[in-house]
Amino acid sequence: MSENGFQPKIIAFLCNWCAYAGADLAGVSRLQYPPNTRTVRVLCSASVSPHHVLKAFQKGVDGVFIGG
Amino acid sequence: MQKKARYIDPDKCTACGDCAKVCPVDLPNEYDEKLSTRKATYKPYAQAIPGSYLIEKKDIAPCRQACPAHLNVQAYVAMIKVGKFKESVEVILRDAPFPGTLGRVCPHRCEKSCRRLNVDDAIAIRELKRFAADQVDLRELPVPDVTPREERVAIIGSGPSGLTAAYFLALDGYKVKVFEAMPEPGGMLRYGIPEYRLPRTVLDQEIDYIKRLGVEIATNTALGKDITIDDLLDEGYKAVYLAIGAWKPYKLNIHGEDKYENVVGVVDFLKKVHLRETTKVSGKVVVIGGGHSAIDAARVALRLGADDVNIIYRRSREEMLAEKEEVDAALEEGIKIHFQVAPLRISGSNGKLEGIECIRTRLTEPDTTGRRKPIPIVGSEFFIEANLIIPAIGQEPDLTSLSPKDGIEVSKWNLVVVNPATLQTNRPGVFAGGDVITGPATVIEAVEAGKRAAYYIGEYIQGKELPTELGEGEAMGDDWLDIPEDEEKKERVHPPLLEVSKRVNTFDEVNLCIDEEAAKEEASRCLDCGVCCECYQCVEACKAEAINHFDQDQEVKIEVGSIILSPGFDEFDPSIIDTYLYGKHPNVVTSTEFERILSASGPWQGHLVRPSDEKEPKKIAWLQCVGSRDIHHCANGYCSAVCCMYAIKEAVIAKEHSKNGLETTIFFMDMRTYGKDFEKYYDKAKEEGVRFVRCRVHSVSRIPGSDDLEIAYVMEDGIRREERFDMVVLSVGLEPSKSVPELAEKFGIELDNYNFAATSSFKPVETSVPGIQVCGAFQGPKDIPYSVMEASAAACSAACQLAPVRGTRVKEVPKPEERDISGEPPRIGVFVCNCGINIGGVVRVPEVAEYAKSLPNVVYVQENLFSCSQDAQEKLRQVIEENKLNRIVVAACSPRTHEPLFQETLISAGLNKYLFEMTNIRDQDSWVHSNDPDAATEKAKDLVRMAVAKANLLEPLPESEIDIAPSGLVIGGGIAGMVAALGLAEQGYEAHIVEKKDVLGGHARKIRWTWKDEDVQQYLNDLIEKVNNNEKITVHLSSEVKDVSGFIGNFVTTIENDKGERKEIEHGVAIIATGAHSIKPDEYLYGKHPRVYRWHDIDNLIAEKSDIITKKDATAVFIQCVGSREPERPYCSKICCTHSIESAIKLKDINPDMNIFVLYRDIRTYGPREDLYHEARARGVIFVRYSLDRKPVVEANGDDKLKVTVYDPILDSEVSIDADLVNLATAIYPRDHEEIAQMFKVPLNSEKFLVEAHMKLRPVDFATEGVFLCGLVHYPKPIDESIAQAMAAASRAATVLAQKRITTSGVVAYIDENTCVGCQGCLEVCPFGAITYDEEKHVCRVIPALCKGCGGCSATCPSSSVVLRGYTPKQIFAQIDEVLAY
Repeated sequence: MSENGFQPKIIAFLCNWCAYAGADLAGVSRLQYPPNTRTVRVLCSASVSPHHVLKAFQKGVDGVFIGG
Repeated sequence: MQKKARYIDPDKCTACGDCAKVCPVDLPNEYDEKLSTRKATYKPYAQAIPGSYLIEKKDIAPCRQACPAHLNVQAYVAMIKVGKFKESVEVILRDAPFPGTLGRVCPHRCEKSCRRLNVDDAIAIRELKRFAADQVDLRELPVPDVTPREERVAIIGSGPSGLTAAYFLALDGYKVKVFEAMPEPGGMLRYGIPEYRLPRTVLDQEIDYIKRLGVEIATNTALGKDITIDDLLDEGYKAVYLAIGAWKPYKLNIHGEDKYENVVGVVDFLKKVHLRETTKVSGKVVVIGGGHSAIDAARVALRLGADDVNIIYRRSREEMLAEKEEVDAALEEGIKIHFQVAPLRISGSNGKLEGIECIRTRLTEPDTTGRRKPIPIVGSEFFIEANLIIPAIGQEPDLTSLSPKDGIEVSKWNLVVVNPATLQTNRPGVFAGGDVITGPATVIEAVEAGKRAAYYIGEYIQGKELPTELGEGEAMGDDWLDIPEDEEKKERVHPPLLEVSKRVNTFDEVNLCIDEEAAKEEASRCLDCGVCCECYQCVEACKAEAINHFDQDQEVKIEVGSIILSPGFDEFDPSIIDTYLYGKHPNVVTSTEFERILSASGPWQGHLVRPSDEKEPKKIAWLQCVGSRDIHHCANGYCSAVCCMYAIKEAVIAKEHSKNGLETTIFFMDMRTYGKDFEKYYDKAKEEGVRFVRCRVHSVSRIPGSDDLEIAYVMEDGIRREERFDMVVLSVGLEPSKSVPELAEKFGIELDNYNFAATSSFKPVETSVPGIQVCGAFQGPKDIPYSVMEASAAACSAACQLAPVRGTRVKEVPKPEERDISGEPPRIGVFVCNCGINIGGVVRVPEVAEYAKSLPNVVYVQENLFSCSQDAQEKLRQVIEENKLNRIVVAACSPRTHEPLFQETLISAGLNKYLFEMTNIRDQDSWVHSNDPDAATEKAKDLVRMAVAKANLLEPLPESEIDIAPSGLVIGGGIAGMVAALGLAEQGYEAHIVEKKDVLGGHARKIRWTWKDEDVQQYLNDLIEKVNNNEKITVHLSSEVKDVSGFIGNFVTTIENDKGERKEIEHGVAIIATGAHSIKPDEYLYGKHPRVYRWHDIDNLIAEKSDIITKKDATAVFIQCVGSREPERPYCSKICCTHSIESAIKLKDINPDMNIFVLYRDIRTYGPREDLYHEARARGVIFVRYSLDRKPVVEANGDDKLKVTVYDPILDSEVSIDADLVNLATAIYPRDHEEIAQMFKVPLNSEKFLVEAHMKLRPVDFATEGVFLCGLVHYPKPIDESIAQAMAAASRAATVLAQKRITTSGVVAYIDENTCVGCQGCLEVCPFGAITYDEEKHVCRVIPALCKGCGGCSATCPSSSVVLRGYTPKQIFAQIDEVLAY
């Protein structure tokens, strides 16, 4: 990633009840990770439809993370 | 109740952890089973409630207690440990103005009380203080801000006491002037202590610091000569502090003392040296005395050129008051000390001193004061030549400066008399302290007096009443942090000394400073006795100002109508079993420690490593029943009920965590996986390669030269095996905590033989005292599902008692009217939070706020220090109103914790709460990118932009309310059903029982005894009577459920009786309690031979005392697990082991000679039922284990005899038993409930038991709201557990009914009927049964009351007809659009 300066932008759809809580816990634990994700909080990963994923790629994100 | 002080206000604390970052005290972290450390300021664990930090304090450390001035030793040592030298000095300055001086000359009484002496040697506290002082230039240290006062105070004498009083009075704002007779300030510090011990630069700096506070010092101004007390008071000084010291030498009272010029008192001698009046000494010097000043005088004389310096002292070295180091140094420098020598007379000729005649002494035995008296030895006289004699035997105050006119009372000891508490003299406003009231004492005592005088002078000036007597004062206590048993010995630091050759002709400082590394090392030897050291670093770090070190424990009184006790359990401490090496070998850990090792928040972040070398283990052994089923090492005869399951879980998870194929072995006696789905988990673990070895391990031993361990064990074949493991986990049992008997006594409740709370099977959560309930492991060892169930049951019991007053103390908060924003363009307010420095320390918040202003429709932007604080909320409310904001974005912490708070504020400002969007720039930004402020700032901007984009599209969402029918339907009229119905009725709600049969009671009608031998029939009759007599309960016998419609709060159920009559019942909740049956097996000759029985058959034989069991030589065989734990029914029926053993004991009661065999696979007498198993064995019941692949064989042997053949693994042979009867413990299974499950939309597992919403956390709920379960339809269980579960179901059901109406969330799915094609895809994916299909219109519809807002339907809908309000595709797409839009 950093070798050629490429900084991907990753959109993360996180379930409010688990993955989003996990991301909060990572914070509470002060775990460090690359600052390339942008979170969209959803109430369940089941609500993330293929449209969301395609739309994200269409907009030019480099990766989609669905946590649930 | 005693409420312990937290020292941190949970309402203000934001749990940012800044306090813990600066806390210097490291302690073992109990949450991590002491495998990691935490701070004295800490949050017990990540998910703790309340989520705020707290401070742990014990009694004040012994060093601080021992210090006369109570200097906070623990704190300044701790500051040195962490390298905060300036802070260390600041801590010292809180209690005394002389860090450098005290660091050199204090006799350090603190060190004598240091608990490190119990380990090796005291901390070198004085050296550390001196080290800290030497690192800090006081001239560069800012003085504290002081609020000035008008009143003036005069202090006479600028010694340590006078200056200390001046210092503290100045800090308190008073105008202070110090009058000093000598040319320079400092008193004895300057004129008494030689420079090689206390360099004048140190003293000068400290006095300058005091002067910087505004203290004026007038030198060469003597009391009695230049000023008088009257003058001072007349001049307007409000108070005078007399601190003139003790400068008058004691006389030797020997001949020749006053005859020679060269006999000079020690005070005079040292004073003249310092005034440069004496610059040279020659010839022979004799010093008389054994205190500090004698040594000082001798060493000074040496440095000034004396040829030969002698000290004579009446007693021995042990009695010398001078410190050992000083005496050693003097001897090193060549000073001769003559012990046990007393002066007789000083002689000379022609006025010229020649010497001193002395006499040797012998010492008596110690007298009552502990001192040994010197007695001259007649005839031992000798003469020492001397050119200078310095008597140094003590001094007293020189009170010639006081005149009778001053009116100050003086004692016969020539000391000023003061009130010992306040230091006030007999003259109001005149105080005295230091040597003038005590005679010569130490600097630290003078400091203490100065500090105390300053306090009481302040009180006096402010007109407060002063105490007249010295109170006893509160004992400071001795409850200190335990010293770890394995505390490593560490040598005390030895400060370097100046070489002797460099000392003897200069006044250079002799004791040198230790270096930084040595100082930190020495400071780290501190045992943190007081836990929190009160360094107050946290106070400065806490931006929320939440810390209050003066918080106090409180006694809290709460008026209650009912009490629930749930204090839990302690884990067994396996260190008492010395053969297991626990506590002696780091790789022997308890199961709880292993849980922490596996935990992602544990000491190694979930990496599976062993403690000794933090390497990943390859082979781990679990030893079961450690502290359970054991009456040899401990008195825990019971089974702890949870260990088998948790050991399997740990083995499975450990295998998952391991990267290189971990080998796991569980050494067990009986595998007790008796709970719901436990047996399947056990089977799965075996498939995944967890090895199970049946044996109790005798011992664990070290393997020399390795961190591994060896386990020696003997299996059923009798062969001894040895096996090497990397790590051993001890599956420790549960036991009542040591404080339980005391607690029980307080409440007057009874305990059982193991000190668990005593309860009966029929009242499983009630103690012997009405109104006091219990739940959880306090009542007996149990797992989480059962504990949670009991908790609800206890709540039910309490709620029944309190039914008449339910809701009487509830206050409703009035809601302001909601503003209609339709037609308004978005006016967005953005609030960016600093969270103290948690966000602001990384993310450039002003830049983010500035950026937010550029975003569309943002009309207001504000930065907050803490957005969640009460004043910020109030401000938010005002801003919304003043700026007519209609959308709010908060960029702060997690919406998971704080969204409701902000939404409440929106409501109070008249805004719909769904016009709110929160984005997390702390937990998911500043905290996780703390090393990259640029990237974190960019991310925060992106997140704010995304939130604003969504906020632009937010709409107010309606929340509707639905009335709840205040009644419950209970299906099944067995014990569980009846208890549940009574639970509802006694809480005040109508209940209907629907029972298929024509009588109530279910299977309990056939049960005679509980395992505790309680009479079931009597209980049942009482219960039926209670149900029939309760006017709120309607019983529908011979009836079945035919149809169910509606949802939580509004069910309509149709029932039909045996006459075909139908009835509709409206009810708010439903409880399914349809029970279960036992199988009739087609093996072991059941139904084919009259002497093959099951369950109630044997009970009947016992009750009837049948001939079959009373005859001589009668033989009974019990076969366990008939139909259970087999592929067809892969579960344990849970109650059979207990029932068979209980029956066996009853048979033995009737016929003690009877031969009884129990053929079993694992005996599962969990919990206290283990006592039965123990008793049965003791009474000669023979237990033979069989395995599934070699089941017993039952053959007929005539009509009244049977032949049972079984393979005995211990004898390694077939055993044949001639039996009079065979009893089969047949499996329990649910039946005839599938349609009901379907009608209520609740799931079944593969064995047809109903599946609860969450095995542990919601054990009696279903995912379908408003429907609950209890009894055997959930899983086989004994009566006490059925009753508890039924009460739990009633309790949970009442939480619905008590609300009277349900508020549905605004975030629910919505189906556009115009575009819905009725495919029902949404209906299929909805896990909550919240979607219905309209057969007529061919469209689907959402029931908002049931919708949980997961949005699964929305993602499924092929025509995009379903949207989840608040998370619509448009809103989410807007966020996606903005991810890259910069």
